[in-house]
Amino acid sequence: MGVNFTLNGKPVSLDVDPQTPLLEVLRNDLQLNGPKFGCGLAQCGACAVLIDGNSSRSCVIPVSAVNGREVISLEGLGTAKNPHPLQLAFIEEQALQCGYCTNGMIITAAELLAKNPHPDSADIKRALAGHQCRCGAHPRIVKAVERAAGDMP
Amino acid sequence: MTTTRREFLRNSGALVVYFSLPASAVLSVASALAQDPGLSGNAALDTWISIEAGGTVRISSGKVELGQGIRTALAQIAAEELDIDLSRISMATVDTVRSPDESYTFSSISIMQSGTAIRKAAAEARRILLELAAESLGSPVESLTVQDGRIYRAAKVTQVDYWSLLAGQSFNTAVPQDIKTKPVGEYTIVGKSVKRLDIPGKVYGDAAFLQDLRLDGMVHARVVRPPADRARLVAADIASIEAMDGVLKVICDGSFMAIIAKREFQAVKAAEQLRAKSRWLLPEDLPDEAGLPAWLRSEKAKTYPIVHKEASTTRQAVTSLSASYSKPYIAHAAISPSAAVALKSDDGLTVWTHAQGMYPLRGAIARVVGLAESQVRCIHMEAAGCFGHNGGDDAACDAAAIAMQFPGRPVRLQWSRADEFQWEPYGSAMSIEVKAGLDQKGHIVEWDYDLWSCTHSSRPRGAPGAGNLLYAQHRKNPIEQPPPASIPQPAGGADRNAVPLYVFSRTRVDKHLVQRMPLKVSALRGLGAYGNVFAIESFMDEAALSVNADPFAYRLAHLKDVRAIDVLNKLRELSNWSDRPKTGSGDGWGVGFARFKNLTAWVGIVMKLRVDPETGKVRLDKVIAVVDSGLIVNPDGTRAQLEGGIIQSASWTLKEQVRFTNSAIQSGDWISYPILGFAEVPDIQIEIIDRPDQPPLGLGEAAQGPTAAAIANAVFHATGRRIRDLPLTPERVTMTG
Repeated sequence: MGVNFTLNGKPVSLDVDPQTPLLEVLRNDLQLNGPKFGCGLAQCGACAVLIDGNSSRSCVIPVSAVNGREVISLEGLGTAKNPHPLQLAFIEEQALQCGYCTNGMIITAAELLAKNPHPDSADIKRALAGHQCRCGAHPRIVKAVERAAGDMP
Repeated sequence: MTTTRREFLRNSGALVVYFSLPASAVLSVASALAQDPGLSGNAALDTWISIEAGGTVRISSGKVELGQGIRTALAQIAAEELDIDLSRISMATVDTVRSPDESYTFSSISIMQSGTAIRKAAAEARRILLELAAESLGSPVESLTVQDGRIYRAAKVTQVDYWSLLAGQSFNTAVPQDIKTKPVGEYTIVGKSVKRLDIPGKVYGDAAFLQDLRLDGMVHARVVRPPADRARLVAADIASIEAMDGVLKVICDGSFMAIIAKREFQAVKAAEQLRAKSRWLLPEDLPDEAGLPAWLRSEKAKTYPIVHKEASTTRQAVTSLSASYSKPYIAHAAISPSAAVALKSDDGLTVWTHAQGMYPLRGAIARVVGLAESQVRCIHMEAAGCFGHNGGDDAACDAAAIAMQFPGRPVRLQWSRADEFQWEPYGSAMSIEVKAGLDQKGHIVEWDYDLWSCTHSSRPRGAPGAGNLLYAQHRKNPIEQPPPASIPQPAGGADRNAVPLYVFSRTRVDKHLVQRMPLKVSALRGLGAYGNVFAIESFMDEAALSVNADPFAYRLAHLKDVRAIDVLNKLRELSNWSDRPKTGSGDGWGVGFARFKNLTAWVGIVMKLRVDPETGKVRLDKVIAVVDSGLIVNPDGTRAQLEGGIIQSASWTLKEQVRFTNSAIQSGDWISYPILGFAEVPDIQIEIIDRPDQPPLGLGEAAQGPTAAAIANAVFHATGRRIRDLPLTPERVTMTG
């Protein structure tokens, strides 16, 4: 069965087991590095992507569920040449240690800023509550989102 | 024809240099090398530095990036010494084919070891390049200077630079130990908060991790572990699994089982089925989780005297005080479950791994799979921060073993979240008993300290350590696990930081190393320092209270170490300690302090928190930390390491313990093993006492113990309740009388 969706603005068409987790399709078939495998249980947030603008756990979503929908990954959010304010802010605040959870933090923060361009630190912490970071970069991550909010157009 | 210095460098081998040294010089080099583990066995300059075509310099370290920013700090050191811009440095991946062998990246010694080696190697490289420039320009070395690799003569730019002199060629010489390095006062790159080199790639989704390695023809593997370590396989329906879609091979070797499939999802489904269709005999041999301290003390143990110092004064103890403390098993709980890629070809076996030591792992894997070490190559790639010996080595060995049975195709092995929680080696549980005798003035004159623990290191260190690898233990012909190792003082393992920095008249410290290891254990950030500093610093607070002394004043009265005293004085001032609320108000302030390993960084922590009297829930409000780690290579990196250490230790201290029944581990995901989240993280203020005239000291693990003690002491201060068993869960905070 074929699956068709929009990935980072481009149409994608695949012939895969429709039950395959979206994360596996993005990483293995479409060679993306942004979304990461962390738990496969929707508990850590490393795999987050935007589906129709909502931060979603791609590790538990079967690829068939995004048929006809719009998926944006970290790569689609911005690039080194055309960065998203959050990406610049994470560099500026040095808001990561190992960087494995960073994808999910930026994706969920992007959803937050799209819906609430001027969140306070409590809003940011609430939005990121479902994301795990083992290195203890939390204070820097919050600062980076605050900085990006200030830089948003 | 005379041989120029340049031709000599190009044509001669390193041996010429070695043998041209007078015997006395060889001896002095040998003794210096003994003190310099980075250069020991890796004396060849070319091992560390190469001048690359295209205007870059490649630096090879034997230390790996674990998210601690080490590669940026080492690049700063190299750029500083070479007088080139940081952007010209490329840091090579650690690879057993070409990297210096610096054993493991552990114990917060990378700056001290690799940093020192790279500083010396870079200084020697610069010296040689200037000699070549002098020859090329026909000017004395003294007239030349360097800016960003470009040679200047009498302050005027020349056409000569490092790359025109030596790009793509070898130095062919050894790094002398006594090389003169740049005076600290001239530093322009070291000491600056330069931005981490690896962060941009990670925020844009570049291939930055082992998980991003995709090789042609790569197949996907999953392991199906037993439900418990010593479980025995009774029966498994292998045939039905082999018939599943995409399954290429099912491996069943003793109690080691694995699936290889074309697609990852096929491997996942086949592994689930194999798990469902396997029957195991489950031994009930795990200790009682609720009675860990008593269990540790009842087990057969080997006693190691750590300190037996006879009384140095005649002051008599008039009162005595004693208390027992404990910490549970704690998981590394890396955000990425362990993974590895392995390829068996006609040439040998290559393993891409996120383990902490490429050379030690190579030796262990070679023994396990029955190849010569020279036929095994280990290449490091990053994964999530590991904080010690997690599942990385075991996953690498799993992948290697699977690849040996599936030659010619790269095999990518991915552990599940549950695999990682159930099979990573945990930080060891500890039980500690402290007894002190106080003199008439309330001063501690006698100190007795006993600690019981399993080992804090079971790393697969080379061929002799191969039996520590899971696959080696589970396969049909297992390799026996080596007996638990005792890491000697002054670093120590279970006994790390068991020797207090405080000075008492009589001191006795004994380690009782439990010989059995029913739960797999190994190195977790700080090793025994976390439990020991928690115990010592809790006890110092208890002793101070017993004589109505202020916790700061009481500590200071027992200290002679000047830098320790400076840290505590600074901390008292910054935390406005004199404004401390009354005991039992619900608001608590507590202090914790240690010098990591009694050898590296001094860290003092004041924790300010609030305890909800109804629920016993602890809310961390504010942390004030003061650190002295000598010369700081990257101040922001230092802050990041401390912030992370404080938050991780707070998580261990408030929430973390591995759960298990008498037959199996119960922690398997982020629900059954919760860690600190965004809402629970305190504000952190860090003060660095910069001592550029002092050697740089490791600090990555230095906050673990002080943070735990500061929290426990603050909880006491808030509630009047002393909790001596970690973690400080709401149940304990409300129930302890």
